[in-house]
Amino acid sequence: MRNIAIIAKREIKGYFTTPLAYIFIVIFLAMSGAFAFYIGGFFNREQASLATFFLYHPWLYLMLVPAIAMRLWAEERKTGTIEILMTLPISTSEAVLGKYLAAWGFTGIALTLTFPMWITVNVLGEPDNGVILAGYLGSFFMAGAFLAIGSCISALTKNQVIAFIVAATVCFLFTMSGLELVLSFFRGWAPEILVRTIASMSFLTHFGAILKGVIDIRDLIFFGTLIAFWLFANVIIIDLKKAA
Amino acid sequence: MFDFGRPDEEAATGLNNKINRQPLGITTMAEKIVLNGLTKKFGPILAVDNISLSVATGEVLGFLGPNGAGKSTTMRMLTGFIEPTSGTAEVCGLDVTRHPVEIKRRIGYLPEGAPTYGDMTPESYLGFIAEIRGFNGPEIRRRIEAVTEKVDIGSVLRQPIDTLSKGFKRRVGLAQAMLHDPEILIMDEPTDGLDPNQKHQVRKLIREMSADRAIIISTHILEEVEAVCSRAVIIAHGRLLADSTPEELLSRAPDHNAVMITVDTNKSDAVKKTLEGLDAVKNTRSEKTANGATRLVIRPKKGKLIADDVSQLLRSKNIPVQEMFVERGSLDDVFRKITKDGKSAGGGTNA
Repeated sequence: MRNIAIIAKREIKGYFTTPLAYIFIVIFLAMSGAFAFYIGGFFNREQASLATFFLYHPWLYLMLVPAIAMRLWAEERKTGTIEILMTLPISTSEAVLGKYLAAWGFTGIALTLTFPMWITVNVLGEPDNGVILAGYLGSFFMAGAFLAIGSCISALTKNQVIAFIVAATVCFLFTMSGLELVLSFFRGWAPEILVRTIASMSFLTHFGAILKGVIDIRDLIFFGTLIAFWLFANVIIIDLKKAA
Repeated sequence: MFDFGRPDEEAATGLNNKINRQPLGITTMAEKIVLNGLTKKFGPILAVDNISLSVATGEVLGFLGPNGAGKSTTMRMLTGFIEPTSGTAEVCGLDVTRHPVEIKRRIGYLPEGAPTYGDMTPESYLGFIAEIRGFNGPEIRRRIEAVTEKVDIGSVLRQPIDTLSKGFKRRVGLAQAMLHDPEILIMDEPTDGLDPNQKHQVRKLIREMSADRAIIISTHILEEVEAVCSRAVIIAHGRLLADSTPEELLSRAPDHNAVMITVDTNKSDAVKKTLEGLDAVKNTRSEKTANGATRLVIRPKKGKLIADDVSQLLRSKNIPVQEMFVERGSLDDVFRKITKDGKSAGGGTNA
Protein backbone atom coordinates (compact mmCIF):
# COMPACT_ATOMS: atom_id res chain seq x y z
CA MET A 1 0.00 0.00 0.00
CA ARG A 2 2.77 2.40 0.98
CA ASN A 3 4.51 1.89 -2.36
CA ILE A 4 1.29 2.42 -4.31
CA ALA A 5 0.71 5.69 -2.46
CA ILE A 6 4.30 6.89 -3.07
CA ILE A 7 4.05 6.18 -6.80
CA ALA A 8 0.60 7.77 -7.07
CA LYS A 9 1.87 10.86 -5.24
CA ARG A 10 4.81 11.23 -7.62
CA GLU A 11 2.53 10.83 -10.64
CA ILE A 12 -0.03 13.36 -9.45
CA LYS A 13 2.75 15.86 -8.75
CA GLY A 14 4.01 15.18 -12.25
CA TYR A 15 0.63 16.16 -13.75
CA PHE A 16 0.72 19.53 -12.06
CA THR A 17 4.38 20.40 -12.75
CA THR A 18 3.60 20.33 -16.49
CA PRO A 19 0.87 22.28 -18.32
CA LEU A 20 -0.89 18.95 -18.98
CA ALA A 21 -3.10 19.08 -15.91
CA TYR A 22 -4.24 22.65 -16.46
CA ILE A 23 -4.94 22.19 -20.15
CA PHE A 24 -6.89 19.03 -19.50
CA ILE A 25 -8.99 20.57 -16.75
CA VAL A 26 -9.75 23.74 -18.72
CA ILE A 27 -10.75 21.81 -21.83
CA PHE A 28 -12.80 19.30 -19.87
CA LEU A 29 -14.72 22.05 -18.07
CA ALA A 30 -15.25 24.12 -21.21
CA MET A 31 -16.41 21.20 -23.31
CA SER A 32 -18.63 19.56 -20.71
CA GLY A 33 -20.32 22.95 -20.26
CA ALA A 34 -20.58 23.60 -23.98
CA PHE A 35 -22.14 20.21 -24.65
CA ALA A 36 -24.66 20.63 -21.85
CA PHE A 37 -25.70 24.17 -22.78
CA TYR A 38 -25.58 24.25 -26.58
CA ILE A 39 -26.10 20.69 -27.76
CA GLY A 40 -28.07 19.38 -24.82
CA GLY A 41 -30.25 22.50 -24.58
CA PHE A 42 -29.77 22.81 -20.82
CA PHE A 43 -32.01 25.88 -20.47
CA ASN A 44 -34.60 25.00 -23.11
CA ARG A 45 -35.57 21.86 -21.24
CA GLU A 46 -36.54 23.99 -18.25
CA GLN A 47 -35.75 21.14 -15.90
CA ALA A 48 -33.65 21.34 -12.78
CA SER A 49 -31.47 18.33 -13.57
CA LEU A 50 -27.97 17.62 -14.80
CA ALA A 51 -29.14 14.91 -17.23
CA THR A 52 -28.02 16.87 -20.29
CA PHE A 53 -24.68 17.50 -18.62
CA PHE A 54 -23.95 13.84 -17.90
CA LEU A 55 -25.38 12.65 -21.22
CA TYR A 56 -22.31 13.79 -23.12
CA HIS A 57 -19.69 12.50 -20.68
CA PRO A 58 -19.11 9.20 -22.54
CA TRP A 59 -18.29 11.16 -25.72
CA LEU A 60 -16.09 13.62 -23.88
CA TYR A 61 -14.19 10.81 -22.16
CA LEU A 62 -13.80 9.01 -25.45
CA MET A 63 -11.47 11.78 -26.57
CA LEU A 64 -9.96 13.10 -23.35
CA VAL A 65 -9.32 9.98 -21.27
CA PRO A 66 -7.14 8.16 -23.85
CA ALA A 67 -5.11 11.39 -23.94
CA ILE A 68 -4.40 11.05 -20.22
CA ALA A 69 -3.84 7.30 -20.43
CA MET A 70 -1.59 7.23 -23.50
CA ARG A 71 1.43 8.51 -21.63
CA LEU A 72 1.10 6.28 -18.57
CA TRP A 73 3.44 3.54 -19.80
CA ALA A 74 4.38 4.56 -23.34
CA GLU A 75 6.24 7.60 -22.03
CA GLU A 76 8.11 5.57 -19.41
CA ARG A 77 9.19 3.18 -22.14
CA LYS A 78 10.19 5.98 -24.50
CA THR A 79 12.31 7.89 -21.99
CA GLY A 80 13.73 4.75 -20.40
CA THR A 81 12.48 5.64 -16.92
CA ILE A 82 10.60 2.35 -16.91
CA GLU A 83 13.99 0.79 -16.29
CA ILE A 84 14.35 2.89 -13.13
CA LEU A 85 10.79 2.23 -12.00
CA MET A 86 10.91 -1.52 -12.55
CA THR A 87 14.29 -1.94 -10.83
CA LEU A 88 13.05 -0.25 -7.66
CA PRO A 89 11.97 -2.66 -4.92
CA ILE A 90 8.29 -2.67 -5.88
CA SER A 91 6.08 -5.23 -7.57
CA THR A 92 4.61 -4.77 -11.04
CA SER A 93 1.08 -4.57 -9.61
CA GLU A 94 2.12 -1.80 -7.23
CA ALA A 95 3.53 0.21 -10.13
CA VAL A 96 0.43 -0.37 -12.29
CA LEU A 97 -1.99 0.48 -9.48
CA GLY A 98 -0.04 3.53 -8.34
CA LYS A 99 0.05 5.03 -11.82
CA TYR A 100 -3.57 4.12 -12.51
CA LEU A 101 -4.90 5.54 -9.25
CA ALA A 102 -3.04 8.79 -9.85
CA ALA A 103 -4.64 9.15 -13.28
CA TRP A 104 -8.07 8.20 -11.95
CA GLY A 105 -7.70 10.59 -9.05
CA PHE A 106 -6.78 13.30 -11.50
CA THR A 107 -9.92 12.78 -13.60
CA GLY A 108 -11.79 12.82 -10.30
CA ILE A 109 -10.36 16.27 -9.60
CA ALA A 110 -11.45 17.48 -13.06
CA LEU A 111 -14.92 16.06 -12.50
CA THR A 112 -15.21 17.66 -9.08
CA LEU A 113 -14.35 21.03 -10.60
CA THR A 114 -17.63 20.93 -12.54
CA PHE A 115 -19.42 21.71 -9.24
CA PRO A 116 -20.58 25.14 -10.49
CA MET A 117 -23.03 23.19 -12.67
CA TRP A 118 -24.44 21.58 -9.57
CA ILE A 119 -24.68 24.94 -7.80
CA THR A 120 -26.41 26.44 -10.84
CA VAL A 121 -29.21 23.89 -10.95
CA ASN A 122 -29.70 24.18 -7.21
CA VAL A 123 -29.99 27.97 -7.49
CA LEU A 124 -32.39 27.79 -10.43
CA GLY A 125 -34.63 25.05 -9.13
CA GLU A 126 -34.96 22.06 -6.87
CA PRO A 127 -33.19 19.14 -8.50
CA ASP A 128 -33.04 15.63 -7.10
CA ASN A 129 -29.55 15.72 -5.62
CA GLY A 130 -29.52 11.95 -5.20
CA VAL A 131 -29.82 11.54 -8.96
CA ILE A 132 -27.01 14.06 -9.46
CA LEU A 133 -24.77 12.21 -7.01
CA ALA A 134 -25.49 8.97 -8.84
CA GLY A 135 -24.58 10.71 -12.08
CA TYR A 136 -21.25 11.88 -10.69
CA LEU A 137 -20.50 8.42 -9.31
CA GLY A 138 -21.40 6.73 -12.60
CA SER A 139 -19.37 9.24 -14.57
CA PHE A 140 -16.37 8.71 -12.29
CA PHE A 141 -16.53 4.93 -12.64
CA MET A 142 -16.96 5.16 -16.38
CA ALA A 143 -13.87 7.39 -16.60
CA GLY A 144 -12.05 4.75 -14.53
CA ALA A 145 -13.00 2.04 -17.00
CA PHE A 146 -11.83 4.14 -19.96
CA LEU A 147 -8.58 4.80 -18.12
CA ALA A 148 -7.93 1.14 -17.33
CA ILE A 149 -8.34 0.30 -21.01
CA GLY A 150 -6.03 3.17 -21.96
CA SER A 151 -3.40 2.26 -19.37
CA CYS A 152 -3.29 -1.35 -20.55
CA ILE A 153 -2.92 -0.34 -24.20
CA SER A 154 -0.28 2.22 -23.32
CA ALA A 155 1.82 -0.61 -21.88
CA LEU A 156 1.94 -2.27 -25.30
CA THR A 157 3.85 0.46 -27.11
CA LYS A 158 6.38 3.20 -26.68
CA ASN A 159 4.55 5.35 -29.20
CA GLN A 160 2.02 7.61 -27.51
CA VAL A 161 0.11 8.37 -30.72
CA ILE A 162 -0.49 4.67 -31.34
CA ALA A 163 -1.53 4.25 -27.71
CA PHE A 164 -4.03 7.08 -28.10
CA ILE A 165 -5.61 5.87 -31.33
CA VAL A 166 -5.90 2.23 -30.28
CA ALA A 167 -7.24 3.12 -26.84
CA ALA A 168 -9.79 5.54 -28.31
CA THR A 169 -10.96 2.86 -30.75
CA VAL A 170 -11.34 0.19 -28.06
CA CYS A 171 -13.16 2.66 -25.82
CA PHE A 172 -15.42 3.58 -28.73
CA LEU A 173 -16.35 -0.07 -29.25
CA PHE A 174 -17.15 -0.50 -25.58
CA THR A 175 -19.24 2.65 -25.58
CA MET A 176 -21.18 1.75 -28.70
CA SER A 177 -21.53 -1.98 -28.23
CA GLY A 178 -25.21 -1.67 -27.22
CA LEU A 179 -26.13 0.17 -30.42
CA GLU A 180 -27.33 -1.39 -33.66
CA LEU A 181 -24.25 -0.03 -35.45
CA VAL A 182 -22.06 -2.54 -33.65
CA LEU A 183 -24.57 -5.27 -32.99
CA SER A 184 -25.79 -5.68 -36.57
CA PHE A 185 -22.22 -6.51 -37.52
CA PHE A 186 -22.36 -9.54 -35.23
CA ARG A 187 -25.98 -10.48 -35.67
CA GLY A 188 -25.57 -12.11 -39.07
CA TRP A 189 -23.18 -14.82 -37.94
CA ALA A 190 -22.57 -14.80 -34.21
CA PRO A 191 -24.67 -16.91 -31.81
CA GLU A 192 -27.31 -15.04 -29.84
CA ILE A 193 -25.43 -15.44 -26.58
CA LEU A 194 -22.38 -13.63 -27.97
CA VAL A 195 -24.50 -10.80 -29.34
CA ARG A 196 -26.15 -10.41 -25.95
CA THR A 197 -22.78 -10.47 -24.19
CA ILE A 198 -21.48 -7.76 -26.47
CA ALA A 199 -24.62 -5.72 -25.94
CA SER A 200 -24.25 -6.09 -22.17
CA MET A 201 -20.75 -4.61 -22.35
CA SER A 202 -22.10 -1.28 -23.48
CA PHE A 203 -20.96 1.67 -21.42
CA LEU A 204 -23.93 3.67 -22.65
CA THR A 205 -26.41 1.11 -21.33
CA HIS A 206 -24.79 0.88 -17.91
CA PHE A 207 -24.15 4.59 -17.61
CA GLY A 208 -27.70 5.32 -18.77
CA ALA A 209 -29.06 3.07 -16.03
CA ILE A 210 -27.06 4.92 -13.37
CA LEU A 211 -28.20 8.30 -14.73
CA LYS A 212 -31.81 7.41 -14.02
CA GLY A 213 -30.83 7.74 -10.40
CA VAL A 214 -31.02 4.10 -9.54
CA ILE A 215 -27.57 2.98 -8.51
CA ASP A 216 -27.90 -0.65 -9.33
CA ILE A 217 -24.97 -2.40 -7.71
CA ARG A 218 -24.66 -4.51 -10.87
CA ASP A 219 -23.78 -1.44 -12.92
CA LEU A 220 -21.01 -0.48 -10.51
CA ILE A 221 -19.82 -4.08 -10.43
CA PHE A 222 -19.76 -4.00 -14.24
CA PHE A 223 -17.40 -1.02 -14.28
CA GLY A 224 -15.39 -2.37 -11.32
CA THR A 225 -14.88 -5.73 -13.00
CA LEU A 226 -13.90 -4.08 -16.23
CA ILE A 227 -11.31 -1.95 -14.43
CA ALA A 228 -9.92 -4.98 -12.59
CA PHE A 229 -9.74 -6.99 -15.80
CA TRP A 230 -7.87 -4.35 -17.80
CA LEU A 231 -5.45 -3.58 -14.97
CA PHE A 232 -4.75 -7.27 -14.55
CA ALA A 233 -4.02 -7.46 -18.28
CA ASN A 234 -1.82 -4.39 -17.83
CA VAL A 235 0.32 -6.19 -15.21
CA ILE A 236 0.53 -9.29 -17.40
CA ILE A 237 1.66 -7.26 -20.41
CA ILE A 238 4.42 -5.55 -18.47
CA ASP A 239 5.62 -8.87 -17.07
CA LEU A 240 5.47 -10.51 -20.50
CA LYS A 241 7.51 -7.70 -22.05
CA LYS A 242 10.08 -8.39 -19.36
CA ALA A 243 10.44 -11.99 -20.45
CA ALA A 244 10.26 -11.34 -24.20
CA MET B 1 53.21 -10.64 -40.36
CA PHE B 2 53.45 -10.70 -36.59
CA ASP B 3 52.59 -13.43 -34.22
CA PHE B 4 49.50 -11.95 -32.57
CA GLY B 5 47.87 -15.10 -31.32
CA ARG B 6 48.99 -16.79 -28.17
CA PRO B 7 46.65 -19.72 -28.12
CA ASP B 8 48.48 -21.54 -25.32
CA GLU B 9 48.17 -18.62 -22.95
CA GLU B 10 44.54 -17.96 -23.71
CA ALA B 11 43.64 -21.56 -23.20
CA ALA B 12 45.45 -21.46 -19.87
CA THR B 13 43.59 -18.42 -18.58
CA GLY B 14 40.34 -19.87 -19.79
CA LEU B 15 41.00 -22.94 -17.71
CA ASN B 16 41.88 -20.85 -14.67
CA ASN B 17 38.62 -19.02 -14.94
CA LYS B 18 36.72 -22.23 -14.86
CA ILE B 19 38.54 -23.39 -11.76
CA ASN B 20 38.11 -20.07 -9.97
CA ARG B 21 34.44 -19.93 -10.70
CA GLN B 22 32.32 -21.11 -7.82
CA PRO B 23 29.82 -23.79 -8.70
CA LEU B 24 26.24 -22.90 -7.91
CA GLY B 25 25.01 -23.60 -4.43
CA ILE B 26 28.25 -23.27 -2.49
CA THR B 27 28.53 -19.52 -2.89
CA THR B 28 30.50 -17.93 -0.12
CA MET B 29 29.36 -14.72 1.53
CA ALA B 30 31.95 -12.71 -0.36
CA GLU B 31 30.49 -13.71 -3.73
CA LYS B 32 27.73 -11.20 -4.21
CA ILE B 33 26.89 -11.85 -7.83
CA VAL B 34 26.92 -15.22 -9.55
CA LEU B 35 25.87 -15.68 -13.16
CA ASN B 36 25.51 -19.20 -14.40
CA GLY B 37 24.97 -19.94 -18.07
CA LEU B 38 22.99 -16.73 -18.42
CA THR B 39 21.37 -16.56 -21.86
CA LYS B 40 18.93 -14.13 -23.46
CA LYS B 41 17.25 -14.44 -26.82
CA PHE B 42 15.15 -11.71 -28.40
CA GLY B 43 13.23 -13.74 -30.95
CA PRO B 44 15.85 -15.34 -33.18
CA ILE B 45 18.59 -12.99 -31.97
CA LEU B 46 20.94 -14.33 -29.36
CA ALA B 47 21.81 -11.26 -27.27
CA VAL B 48 23.60 -12.94 -24.39
CA ASP B 49 25.09 -16.38 -24.89
CA ASN B 50 25.81 -18.56 -21.88
CA ILE B 51 27.68 -16.12 -19.67
CA SER B 52 29.03 -17.39 -16.35
CA LEU B 53 30.98 -15.28 -13.90
CA SER B 54 31.00 -14.18 -10.31
CA VAL B 55 31.81 -10.95 -8.52
CA ALA B 56 32.88 -10.68 -4.89
CA THR B 57 32.79 -7.84 -2.40
CA GLY B 58 35.75 -5.54 -2.95
CA GLU B 59 35.85 -6.16 -6.68
CA VAL B 60 35.16 -3.64 -9.42
CA LEU B 61 34.34 -5.60 -12.54
CA GLY B 62 34.52 -3.82 -15.87
CA PHE B 63 32.28 -5.01 -18.71
CA LEU B 64 34.03 -4.26 -21.98
CA GLY B 65 32.63 -4.84 -25.38
CA PRO B 66 31.65 -3.18 -28.63
CA ASN B 67 28.19 -1.62 -28.93
CA GLY B 68 25.51 -4.26 -29.09
CA ALA B 69 27.72 -6.86 -27.43
CA GLY B 70 25.19 -7.71 -24.75
CA LYS B 71 26.58 -5.69 -21.83
CA SER B 72 23.37 -3.79 -21.12
CA THR B 73 21.22 -6.89 -21.62
CA THR B 74 23.33 -8.76 -19.06
CA MET B 75 22.97 -5.89 -16.59
CA ARG B 76 19.22 -5.74 -17.18
CA MET B 77 18.89 -9.42 -16.35
CA LEU B 78 21.03 -8.99 -13.28
CA THR B 79 18.87 -6.16 -11.96
CA GLY B 80 15.61 -7.99 -12.65
CA PHE B 81 14.45 -5.62 -15.38
CA ILE B 82 14.24 -8.43 -17.93
CA GLU B 83 14.16 -12.16 -17.42
CA PRO B 84 16.78 -14.56 -18.77
CA THR B 85 15.76 -17.07 -21.45
CA SER B 86 17.85 -19.66 -19.65
CA GLY B 87 20.54 -19.81 -17.01
CA THR B 88 20.45 -18.11 -13.63
CA ALA B 89 21.61 -14.92 -12.01
CA GLU B 90 22.03 -14.78 -8.25
CA VAL B 91 22.48 -11.69 -6.14
CA CYS B 92 23.49 -12.20 -2.50
CA GLY B 93 22.51 -15.84 -2.90
CA LEU B 94 19.00 -14.97 -4.14
CA ASP B 95 17.77 -15.88 -7.59
CA VAL B 96 16.80 -12.71 -9.43
CA THR B 97 13.66 -14.10 -11.08
CA ARG B 98 12.34 -15.72 -7.92
CA HIS B 99 13.07 -12.89 -5.47
CA PRO B 100 12.85 -9.79 -7.66
CA VAL B 101 11.90 -7.30 -4.94
CA GLU B 102 14.49 -8.62 -2.46
CA ILE B 103 17.38 -8.31 -4.90
CA LYS B 104 16.23 -4.88 -6.09
CA ARG B 105 16.49 -3.68 -2.50
CA ARG B 106 20.17 -4.65 -2.45
CA ILE B 107 21.15 -3.25 -5.83
CA GLY B 108 21.87 0.30 -6.90
CA TYR B 109 21.44 0.55 -10.66
CA LEU B 110 22.30 3.21 -13.17
CA PRO B 111 20.64 2.20 -16.47
CA GLU B 112 22.13 3.01 -19.86
CA GLY B 113 21.72 6.70 -20.67
CA ALA B 114 20.88 7.50 -17.02
CA PRO B 115 17.12 8.04 -17.53
CA THR B 116 15.37 10.27 -14.99
CA TYR B 117 11.95 11.88 -14.68
CA GLY B 118 12.80 15.07 -16.50
CA ASP B 119 9.97 17.22 -15.18
CA MET B 120 11.03 16.65 -11.58
CA THR B 121 13.82 18.48 -9.77
CA PRO B 122 16.76 16.42 -8.49
CA GLU B 123 15.51 17.10 -4.97
CA SER B 124 11.99 15.74 -5.53
CA TYR B 125 13.30 12.89 -7.69
CA LEU B 126 15.75 11.74 -5.01
CA GLY B 127 13.04 12.22 -2.42
CA PHE B 128 10.79 9.86 -4.38
CA ILE B 129 13.58 7.28 -4.67
CA ALA B 130 14.34 7.55 -0.95
CA GLU B 131 10.68 7.02 -0.03
CA ILE B 132 10.32 4.02 -2.32
CA ARG B 133 13.53 2.64 -0.81
CA GLY B 134 11.80 2.73 2.56
CA PHE B 135 13.38 5.74 4.28
CA ASN B 136 11.36 8.09 6.46
CA GLY B 137 11.34 11.71 7.58
CA PRO B 138 14.73 13.18 8.54
CA GLU B 139 16.57 10.13 7.18
CA ILE B 140 15.37 11.07 3.69
CA ARG B 141 16.88 14.53 4.00
CA ARG B 142 20.09 13.13 5.45
CA ARG B 143 20.44 10.63 2.59
CA ILE B 144 19.78 13.25 -0.07
CA GLU B 145 22.31 15.63 1.48
CA ALA B 146 24.99 12.93 1.70
CA VAL B 147 24.57 11.72 -1.86
CA THR B 148 24.21 15.24 -3.25
CA GLU B 149 27.57 16.14 -1.78
CA LYS B 150 29.16 12.96 -3.14
CA VAL B 151 28.21 13.65 -6.75
CA ASP B 152 28.31 17.43 -6.40
CA ILE B 153 24.84 18.45 -7.61
CA GLY B 154 24.02 20.79 -4.71
CA SER B 155 23.82 23.83 -6.99
CA VAL B 156 21.03 22.42 -9.18
CA LEU B 157 18.84 20.63 -6.63
CA ARG B 158 15.81 22.81 -7.34
CA GLN B 159 15.96 23.02 -11.15
CA PRO B 160 13.92 20.70 -13.37
CA ILE B 161 16.17 17.84 -14.51
CA ASP B 162 15.20 18.50 -18.15
CA THR B 163 16.97 21.86 -18.00
CA LEU B 164 20.26 20.41 -16.70
CA SER B 165 23.38 19.66 -18.73
CA LYS B 166 24.25 16.11 -19.70
CA GLY B 167 26.88 15.90 -16.98
CA PHE B 168 24.47 16.95 -14.26
CA LYS B 169 21.80 14.53 -15.51
CA ARG B 170 24.28 11.69 -15.37
CA ARG B 171 25.24 12.64 -11.83
CA VAL B 172 21.60 12.78 -10.76
CA GLY B 173 21.35 9.23 -12.11
CA LEU B 174 24.41 8.24 -10.10
CA ALA B 175 22.93 9.81 -6.98
CA GLN B 176 19.78 7.74 -7.51
CA ALA B 177 21.86 4.54 -7.69
CA MET B 178 23.92 5.31 -4.59
CA LEU B 179 21.23 6.82 -2.39
CA HIS B 180 20.50 3.72 -0.31
CA ASP B 181 24.15 2.80 0.07
CA PRO B 182 23.68 -0.54 -1.71
CA GLU B 183 26.01 -3.50 -1.28
CA ILE B 184 25.87 -4.02 -5.03
CA LEU B 185 26.29 -1.28 -7.61
CA ILE B 186 25.62 -1.85 -11.28
CA MET B 187 26.35 1.07 -13.55
CA ASP B 188 25.93 1.13 -17.29
CA GLU B 189 28.48 3.62 -18.64
CA PRO B 190 28.71 5.78 -15.51
CA THR B 191 31.07 8.39 -16.95
CA ASP B 192 29.50 8.78 -20.39
CA GLY B 193 28.93 12.47 -21.14
CA LEU B 194 31.08 13.78 -18.30
CA ASP B 195 34.01 16.14 -18.81
CA PRO B 196 37.51 14.96 -17.82
CA ASN B 197 37.32 16.49 -14.33
CA GLN B 198 33.95 14.92 -13.63
CA LYS B 199 35.15 11.59 -15.01
CA HIS B 200 38.07 11.73 -12.63
CA GLN B 201 35.74 12.53 -9.76
CA VAL B 202 33.34 9.69 -10.53
CA ARG B 203 36.18 7.19 -10.92
CA LYS B 204 37.58 8.28 -7.58
CA LEU B 205 34.14 7.80 -6.07
CA ILE B 206 33.85 4.29 -7.50
CA ARG B 207 37.29 3.38 -6.15
CA GLU B 208 36.39 4.72 -2.71
CA MET B 209 33.16 2.75 -2.61
CA SER B 210 34.67 -0.47 -3.85
CA ALA B 211 36.10 -1.71 -0.54
CA ASP B 212 32.85 -3.00 0.96
CA ARG B 213 30.81 -3.46 -2.20
CA ALA B 214 30.62 -5.50 -5.36
CA ILE B 215 30.57 -3.17 -8.34
CA ILE B 216 30.00 -3.79 -12.04
CA ILE B 217 30.50 -1.02 -14.56
CA SER B 218 30.28 -1.18 -18.30
CA THR B 219 32.30 1.09 -20.48
CA HIS B 220 33.96 1.35 -23.79
CA ILE B 221 36.54 3.78 -22.52
CA LEU B 222 39.45 1.48 -21.96
CA GLU B 223 41.52 3.85 -19.83
CA GLU B 224 38.64 3.72 -17.38
CA VAL B 225 39.16 0.01 -16.94
CA GLU B 226 42.77 0.57 -15.99
CA ALA B 227 41.80 3.44 -13.71
CA VAL B 228 39.07 1.78 -11.64
CA CYS B 229 38.59 -1.92 -12.36
CA SER B 230 40.19 -4.73 -10.45
CA ARG B 231 38.94 -7.17 -13.05
CA ALA B 232 37.74 -6.91 -16.62
CA VAL B 233 35.66 -9.13 -18.84
CA ILE B 234 35.38 -8.68 -22.57
CA ILE B 235 32.04 -9.48 -24.16
CA ALA B 236 31.33 -9.53 -27.88
CA HIS B 237 28.35 -10.98 -29.70
CA GLY B 238 26.89 -12.04 -26.39
CA ARG B 239 29.80 -14.22 -25.41
CA LEU B 240 32.38 -13.88 -22.68
CA LEU B 241 35.74 -13.78 -24.45
CA ALA B 242 38.11 -12.87 -21.65
CA ASP B 243 37.96 -12.60 -17.86
CA SER B 244 41.11 -11.26 -16.29
CA THR B 245 42.86 -8.35 -14.57
CA PRO B 246 43.51 -5.22 -16.63
CA GLU B 247 47.26 -5.82 -16.22
CA GLU B 248 47.06 -9.33 -17.60
CA LEU B 249 44.93 -8.13 -20.51
CA LEU B 250 47.47 -5.41 -21.18
CA SER B 251 50.28 -7.97 -21.34
CA ARG B 252 48.46 -9.55 -24.26
CA ALA B 253 49.01 -6.39 -26.30
CA PRO B 254 51.29 -7.04 -29.28
CA ASP B 255 53.49 -4.06 -28.35
CA HIS B 256 53.58 -4.77 -24.62
CA ASN B 257 57.07 -3.87 -23.26
CA ALA B 258 58.35 -3.03 -26.72
CA VAL B 259 61.07 -0.37 -26.85
CA MET B 260 60.55 2.54 -29.21
CA ILE B 261 63.52 4.56 -30.43
CA THR B 262 63.69 7.36 -32.97
CA VAL B 263 66.82 7.62 -35.15
CA ASP B 264 68.02 9.28 -38.36
CA THR B 265 66.34 7.70 -41.34
CA ASN B 266 69.59 7.09 -43.27
CA LYS B 267 71.05 5.14 -40.34
CA SER B 268 67.89 3.24 -39.47
CA ASP B 269 68.60 0.08 -41.46
CA ALA B 270 71.98 -0.40 -39.82
CA VAL B 271 70.57 0.23 -36.35
CA LYS B 272 67.75 -2.18 -36.99
CA LYS B 273 70.17 -4.90 -37.99
CA THR B 274 72.32 -4.29 -34.89
CA LEU B 275 69.34 -4.51 -32.56
CA GLU B 276 67.99 -7.66 -34.11
CA GLY B 277 71.28 -9.25 -33.04
CA LEU B 278 70.17 -9.08 -29.39
CA ASP B 279 69.05 -12.38 -27.89
CA ALA B 280 65.90 -11.14 -26.23
CA VAL B 281 64.60 -9.29 -29.28
CA LYS B 282 61.87 -11.01 -31.21
CA ASN B 283 61.59 -8.60 -34.13
CA THR B 284 61.71 -4.96 -35.06
CA ARG B 285 59.57 -2.79 -37.21
CA SER B 286 60.28 0.66 -38.58
CA GLU B 287 57.87 3.46 -39.31
CA LYS B 288 58.39 7.05 -40.52
CA THR B 289 57.65 9.85 -38.11
CA ALA B 290 56.18 13.21 -39.08
CA ASN B 291 59.51 15.07 -39.06
CA GLY B 292 61.28 12.66 -41.38
CA ALA B 293 63.06 10.56 -38.78
CA THR B 294 62.45 6.85 -38.38
CA ARG B 295 60.91 5.15 -35.37
CA LEU B 296 61.97 1.62 -34.62
CA VAL B 297 59.67 -0.58 -32.59
CA ILE B 298 61.71 -3.32 -30.95
CA ARG B 299 59.61 -6.13 -29.59
CA PRO B 300 60.97 -8.43 -26.91
CA LYS B 301 60.55 -12.19 -26.82
CA LYS B 302 57.78 -13.33 -24.52
CA GLY B 303 58.25 -12.20 -20.93
CA LYS B 304 61.62 -10.46 -21.52
CA LEU B 305 62.49 -6.89 -20.63
CA ILE B 306 64.86 -5.36 -23.14
CA ALA B 307 65.10 -1.66 -22.31
CA ASP B 308 68.42 -2.06 -20.53
CA ASP B 309 70.01 -4.23 -23.23
CA VAL B 310 68.90 -1.90 -25.98
CA SER B 311 70.19 1.26 -24.29
CA GLN B 312 73.55 -0.35 -23.48
CA LEU B 313 73.96 -1.58 -27.03
CA LEU B 314 73.10 1.83 -28.47
CA ARG B 315 75.60 3.53 -26.16
CA SER B 316 78.40 1.08 -26.86
CA LYS B 317 77.95 1.52 -30.62
CA ASN B 318 77.65 5.31 -30.25
CA ILE B 319 74.36 5.48 -32.07
CA PRO B 320 72.63 8.85 -31.53
CA VAL B 321 68.99 8.45 -30.50
CA GLN B 322 66.43 11.28 -30.60
CA GLU B 323 64.02 9.63 -28.20
CA MET B 324 63.51 6.34 -26.47
CA PHE B 325 60.69 4.91 -24.42
CA VAL B 326 59.10 1.65 -23.34
CA GLU B 327 55.64 0.94 -24.71
CA ARG B 328 53.08 -0.58 -22.34
CA GLY B 329 50.86 -1.55 -25.20
CA SER B 330 47.28 -0.40 -25.30
CA LEU B 331 44.12 -2.10 -24.14
CA ASP B 332 42.61 -0.85 -27.38
CA ASP B 333 44.81 -3.26 -29.30
CA VAL B 334 43.96 -6.13 -26.98
CA PHE B 335 40.29 -5.28 -27.20
CA ARG B 336 40.36 -5.17 -31.00
CA LYS B 337 42.29 -8.39 -31.19
CA ILE B 338 40.02 -10.30 -28.82
CA THR B 339 36.72 -9.02 -30.19
CA LYS B 340 37.74 -9.57 -33.82
CA ASP B 341 39.03 -13.07 -33.10
CA GLY B 342 35.80 -13.83 -31.30
CA LYS B 343 33.83 -12.71 -34.32
CA SER B 344 35.61 -14.99 -36.75
CA ALA B 345 35.50 -17.92 -34.35
CA GLY B 346 31.81 -17.38 -33.72
CA GLY B 347 30.81 -18.22 -37.26
CA GLY B 348 28.52 -15.18 -37.42
CA THR B 349 25.58 -16.70 -35.54
CA ASN B 350 24.13 -13.31 -34.76
CA ALA B 351 25.82 -11.03 -37.25
